[in-house]
Amino acid sequence: MTVAQTEKAKTKLKIEGRPGQTSPWLASPTVIFLFAVIGIPLAITVIYSLLDRAKIGMGVVWTFNPKAYKDLFVIENLDGTTGLDTRYLKVMWNSFKYSGITTIVTIVLSIPIAMWIATRAESKRNILVAAVTLPFWISILIRTYGLRQIIDDNGPIGWIMHKVGDANYHIIYTPIATVIGLIYVFLPFMILPIYASAERFDFRYAEAAYDLGAKRWTVFRRIVIPAIRPGIYAGIALVFIPALGSFLQSDMLGGGKTNMIANVIALNFGQARNWPFGCALSVFLILITLLFVWIIRKLGARTGTEVKLI
Amino acid sequence: MESKKRQRASYAAALAAVTALLLTACGSSSTGAANNGGGSAGAFPTSGTGEVHIYNWTDYIDPDQITAFTKETGIKVVLDTFDSNETALAKLQSGATGYDVVFPSDYMVKQMIELKLLQKIDVTTFPNGGGLKTTMQGVYWDPKREYSAPWMYGTTGIACNTKAEPKCANIKSWHDWFTVGLPKMDSLKDQTEVVSAALRATGVAAADLCTTDKSKYSAAADLLKGFKPAVIDSDSGIERVIAGTSNVRMAWNGSTHRMTEKVPSVEYIYPSEGLNLWADNMVVPVGAPDLDNAKIFINWMMDPKNAAAESNFTGYDNGIVGSDAFMNASMKSDPAVVVPADKMALISPTPACDQAARDLYTQVFTTWLGEQ
Repeated sequence: MTVAQTEKAKTKLKIEGRPGQTSPWLASPTVIFLFAVIGIPLAITVIYSLLDRAKIGMGVVWTFNPKAYKDLFVIENLDGTTGLDTRYLKVMWNSFKYSGITTIVTIVLSIPIAMWIATRAESKRNILVAAVTLPFWISILIRTYGLRQIIDDNGPIGWIMHKVGDANYHIIYTPIATVIGLIYVFLPFMILPIYASAERFDFRYAEAAYDLGAKRWTVFRRIVIPAIRPGIYAGIALVFIPALGSFLQSDMLGGGKTNMIANVIALNFGQARNWPFGCALSVFLILITLLFVWIIRKLGARTGTEVKLI
Repeated sequence: MESKKRQRASYAAALAAVTALLLTACGSSSTGAANNGGGSAGAFPTSGTGEVHIYNWTDYIDPDQITAFTKETGIKVVLDTFDSNETALAKLQSGATGYDVVFPSDYMVKQMIELKLLQKIDVTTFPNGGGLKTTMQGVYWDPKREYSAPWMYGTTGIACNTKAEPKCANIKSWHDWFTVGLPKMDSLKDQTEVVSAALRATGVAAADLCTTDKSKYSAAADLLKGFKPAVIDSDSGIERVIAGTSNVRMAWNGSTHRMTEKVPSVEYIYPSEGLNLWADNMVVPVGAPDLDNAKIFINWMMDPKNAAAESNFTGYDNGIVGSDAFMNASMKSDPAVVVPADKMALISPTPACDQAARDLYTQVFTTWLGEQ
């Protein structure tokens, strides 16, 4: 073997590394893309939150001013006093409440649906999974308009409720309508990961548990739930976190009265024209979201199930 | 969707603003090139080729008129829409240069001029430039009409279905409106309209609506504390009133006109403390691809016949003398559209406040929303 050949062999080895591995540079388009669509906007959000806003018009001026963060918690009252500003904390709490309820209801609804799909014949399963994803084919805006018509006092549900004697039926433009909208939109995001776990579950374990004398509830609690737990955690992450940042439902179904944090952010980028404060609210939301990702991972680690979110 | 415009405060607007933010790293520093002052020199163009790119409120221009314009002038119209003044401003400030004609409201025109976003076109020198109503001349946002031509204008008052909710006929003032506490009452989701009405209701004069006296805002906030409408929303008002899910509504006069067409018992109330007059305009942004086509378009729209056709479509009155002759009879006889003589004194321009006052508006509005 000549020297040149040896060199060539070495180079080849270096590039290939482990079997099936190619140059890491091939990942560069993805890395650049992620940096462009996540990294840069995130950096702009953080930087803008620390600047002064423009005197007239939109946007910011390039002078450092952390006032936006102070404004999150401190209110200058109209009578000249200052105090703790609970308005944004309340809105944050609202967002948590609605997202939390949404998450719990979607879990309760999704487990039986996912289990049922997982126990069908394989050919049917694919059709059923496709059916779950069917709503994604239509714009969320149109679906929310549709839901507004359906749950309206004069809509089909209102008509039925009036027929059965509930003259006081009124859901639209209440927090309940907001939560219904959230549940409706996020349900598939809970069903699919739970189904993915349930599909891998070997139902002979359940049979074995029955044979050993376990009751239905015990089998569900001790055999089924642990098996689908990774799916539930993934579902929580996919439902709770985006629900925290949603604003379409509270705006369109909640009658503009059940503010969520994203509605306040929108107000600050629009009519209030306070971009730094809008950015500070966004950063606040991101930090809280990260906290939740961390908690969910911890929960996963504690129970020995691996949860990969990011 | 309500009104042929004015779906302010919507998520789409916010989305667009956020997008604009994310796409421009230089924010407010991009105020565009120097003013193109020479645009008005030379003879007025009479015919054109190519396209005119217009940027207008959603559902605020008659599609048939666009077809007619193309037929008469040979210029193709490319339409893009926005749903709040802030959206339009964010887009122009971010350096978008693809538009020939934009349709901002009064206070926004003033800001755009200050930010050097608009070209001087001297509207009064246009062939149809002599036909401006006196109320649309000497306007505060553009006293000499150097930058802007009038489009539609209207007022913000109260729509009341007297048949479905007879008690709403007793509303005579903004103070009544905020304290009457009727069911099926809707408010606009617009901080300027809601807070200025509350200021008027607590005794602030029209000329003083941009005050920075915090005690005035404190009184307004106290009044708003008890005001809990069923819905706070700037769109879908027309359909809600027609469907009967809303009987009393803070509303624009053009929307009210359209409600009246379907539900004749809807009346437009002029609150006794006065109400805001807003006026939309046609302007040419700096960097417009085709200045001549923009001028041809604006001049064409200032023809009384064409202005009237737009009024018939939008439900709002326009700023052109002689357009009445071509307007639908139902428009001319509606006191919501044509302001009755005894109500004239109640009307004053929508306050165009500076940042300090705007912040107080925001504070009162946000607090009120949080109390719902």
